[in-house]
Amino acid sequence: MKKSKLLILITVVMFVFLLGPFLVIIISSFSNNAVMRFPPEGFSLKWYDKVLNIEMFRSTFWMSLKTGLAATLTALVLGVPVAYANVRYRYRGKNILELVFSSPAIVPGLVIGFSLLRFFIYVTKIPVLTGLYLGHTAILFPYTVRVVSASLRNFDKGIEEAAVSLGSSPVHAFFAVVLPNIQSGLVAAFILAFITSFNNVPVSLFLTGPGVATLPIQMLVYMEYYFDPTISALSSILIVFTVIIIQSTEKLLGISKYM
Amino acid sequence: MSFIELSNINAGYTKGNPVLKDFHLSVEKGELVSLLGPSGCGKTTTLRTIAGFIMAEKGKVVVGGKDYTYLPPNKRNIGLVFQNYALFPHLSVYENVAYGLKRRKVAKELIQEKIADVLKLVSLTGFEERLPAQLSGGQRQRVALARSIVIEPDLLLLDEPLSNLDAKLRDEMRAELSRLQHQLGITMIYVTHDQIEALSLSSRIIVMNEGNIEQIGTPEDIYEQPETPFVARFIGFDNHLFGKVVGKSEEGLLVDVNGTTLVSNRSPGSFNLVKNGDPVELYFRPEDIELMVGKDNNSIEAEIDYANYQGNTTQYALHVGDNKIRAVLPGKPFTADVKSIRISISPDKLIVEKKD
Repeated sequence: MKKSKLLILITVVMFVFLLGPFLVIIISSFSNNAVMRFPPEGFSLKWYDKVLNIEMFRSTFWMSLKTGLAATLTALVLGVPVAYANVRYRYRGKNILELVFSSPAIVPGLVIGFSLLRFFIYVTKIPVLTGLYLGHTAILFPYTVRVVSASLRNFDKGIEEAAVSLGSSPVHAFFAVVLPNIQSGLVAAFILAFITSFNNVPVSLFLTGPGVATLPIQMLVYMEYYFDPTISALSSILIVFTVIIIQSTEKLLGISKYM
Repeated sequence: MSFIELSNINAGYTKGNPVLKDFHLSVEKGELVSLLGPSGCGKTTTLRTIAGFIMAEKGKVVVGGKDYTYLPPNKRNIGLVFQNYALFPHLSVYENVAYGLKRRKVAKELIQEKIADVLKLVSLTGFEERLPAQLSGGQRQRVALARSIVIEPDLLLLDEPLSNLDAKLRDEMRAELSRLQHQLGITMIYVTHDQIEALSLSSRIIVMNEGNIEQIGTPEDIYEQPETPFVARFIGFDNHLFGKVVGKSEEGLLVDVNGTTLVSNRSPGSFNLVKNGDPVELYFRPEDIELMVGKDNNSIEAEIDYANYQGNTTQYALHVGDNKIRAVLPGKPFTADVKSIRISISPDKLIVEKKD
């Protein structure tokens, strides 16, 4: 009995730590104050109105969306064959290669961002936008490989062999039989990767430049100059969006088992 | 040349360490051959080599006069049935069965006709639109069968197709397979570890152990005349005793077991190789034992540990010296109030193998 009371206490503390900040942000976004303060005084929706009217937020939102979509799709297209090879075949140096593939998820984002800037962007002198897109692709790649691998592992190899024995080439069998059955894994990979890209700060910090900024970077810049609840309002919008996307795909496809 | 010929095959999962070494196998057209053995004996490797999922490192695979050795699996006209059915989960029964026909560019009307026929054959008419998840295990295996025979393969390979089914369904499907085989006359290679399946279905059984063939024969040969201790044990000669050859007589070979002389008059390969004083092992089936109180021919003293009533039979756990013996006898448990009795085995049910 005593044990379970302690357990409840720990659980409550955990939830307060996890969800508390979100609550603070959401509540403070409805404040009437011109300075972010908790608990807020009064109630208004003016910060939401302001968010929607700041041009920089709108343009960087589209930038984040486009970068996220492009990088996620590229990482998926590259990640699926790699995941397939890792799950289905045994080859020399597989463990090392797997480590290399997952390194962008292990190495701190700041390190990746700086190295990409110093040893890739400066050296090749590619446009900022291209650099941002490639950098995001690199950090998303381990996520797509891992999630797609998990769904491939759940898929019986015998089914593929059945298709081959019935006359499909291995490539045809992959498209006709494997892909349709790992759809929910692909969706899970897509969402996880997209959200990772959309929320990324450390890598984007190094790879954005004049005229090219993502939403999180723009928010950071904004906060350096203003300390009003606009950022709370914007954050609340993003939180609600993320929760809706995750919840609805989970309900439809049960994607959490791949993450 | 036989319909299927595997010669000098080396094949396995890791290069340089083949499961099958210098392996030979020939199967005639229309035969149903079982590969019988414990897991890891190479039976599935053999099947996968014929199917083309394992390419032989050495040797030759010929099916119907065509060299299959280097042919990729999708170019071999072979039907495959898996233990876990391997149906396409996202396709209906109809689409599952149509898959191979579509790959073969069969005309749409003809596909419909063929599928109607084959679904009738496996008693699944009316299930066309169901998804595999909406079918029972037995129905799924029927779909898998239909899917593999509708392409009219040269050869049907079945990898433990019944082992995921419960006992009653297994009996039904076994009968069904047997019927299909007779009806279609299709050549089948059937991998199993279940001796009853192998005995009841096959025209020939190949017993395998550690990548080698132990014995090839008709079900009766295998059951009655196992040639090696491995086959004997695998096919139900569960009991064994140690003894020493003490002579040969008109009745057969005389073997001394703990001071009692037993006679064996069935002679597997090593019968003539043994001489007086050789240590030997005796094998016999639980069903071939009789229990008696008084002394009788060819009997040895044993003690009953316990009897387990099972309705039409009773199972006994006994021991002779340090050797555990299992006996299965018809009827109720032996009621005589004695711990010590004698087990009797008729001389023609007792296998003697030379001990190395």
